[in-house]
Amino acid sequence: MRLSPDELIFWQSGFFKINATIAFTWGLMFVLAVGSTLITRNLSTELQRSRWQNILEMIVIGIGKQIEEAGLHHWRKYLGFLGTLFLFVATATVFTIVPGYEPPTGSLSTTVALALCVFVAVPMFGIQEQGVGNYLRSYTSPTLIMLPFNIISEVSRTLALAVRLFGNMMSGAMIIGILLSITPLVFPILMTALGLLTGMVQAYIFAILAAVYIAAATRVRNSKLQPDTNPARQ
Amino acid sequence: MDSMTMIAMASIVMAGFTTSIGCIGPALGEGRAVSTALSALAQQPDASATITRTLFVGLAMIESTAIYSFVVSMILIFANPFWNYAIAQTAGP
Repeated sequence: MRLSPDELIFWQSGFFKINATIAFTWGLMFVLAVGSTLITRNLSTELQRSRWQNILEMIVIGIGKQIEEAGLHHWRKYLGFLGTLFLFVATATVFTIVPGYEPPTGSLSTTVALALCVFVAVPMFGIQEQGVGNYLRSYTSPTLIMLPFNIISEVSRTLALAVRLFGNMMSGAMIIGILLSITPLVFPILMTALGLLTGMVQAYIFAILAAVYIAAATRVRNSKLQPDTNPARQ
Repeated sequence: MDSMTMIAMASIVMAGFTTSIGCIGPALGEGRAVSTALSALAQQPDASATITRTLFVGLAMIESTAIYSFVVSMILIFANPFWNYAIAQTAGP
């Protein structure tokens, strides 16, 4: 039994090998890029629209609303990054209904790469929003004693982000594999349906957690001057 | 009993213990979360969309702690570093 799609190797030449993770990631990238290019080729602003444009608008507006609810008010600025994260993880889950496909998010390398993107993007957006000095000062936010703990939390939440997604996707594939050898008739299909649900929830959580981290990093530190009007957002 | 048998036995037993003990806490937590969400739903059915969404996110966050222990036990069974080390020791020079 394979622990991750890394171990399924399609092609190898010396050090370079193309395993299932890379191949399926490329496939997903191809589907996402070509699909959205085909849909956005002839957009219309009139009432008569193609249904693909409608569904794409629904997805984009829905992601934007969720980003806004996470505390980022200029959601269009972050839509590119967070929306891509969500759409990649969500399509990686949805394609599990295709036989022979294994989600590339079931490999620790993919999820660590995604989490590292968040790890890099959070300080980037933070510096962009409030400057280098103010951002670095936010690490010592209550007192200077908290500096090492803030740095540790930065690293550990990246690790948690990666392992959470990997564990969920891998456990789904593993349970289906075990059930296929015990009760191959109906139960694997039920577990596939459950895996679809948890995969979509994980995609949502991955994107929303990234949004919350970015929101925490970009919040301008003038709360002493003017208190936030919405204390529930804190 | 040589070292490989020791490692195999300890790994298998500990893999079972890791998942079973690691699932107790998240199970209790999820039960509490769902029961609280249900009573909140019974009191305020209008807020069902927000409650359900927050519940799902919370459940997935709680569940991830159980997933961590599951990952550890999977590593113990399928990708055990000590096992590989012992094999390399016996097959080595």
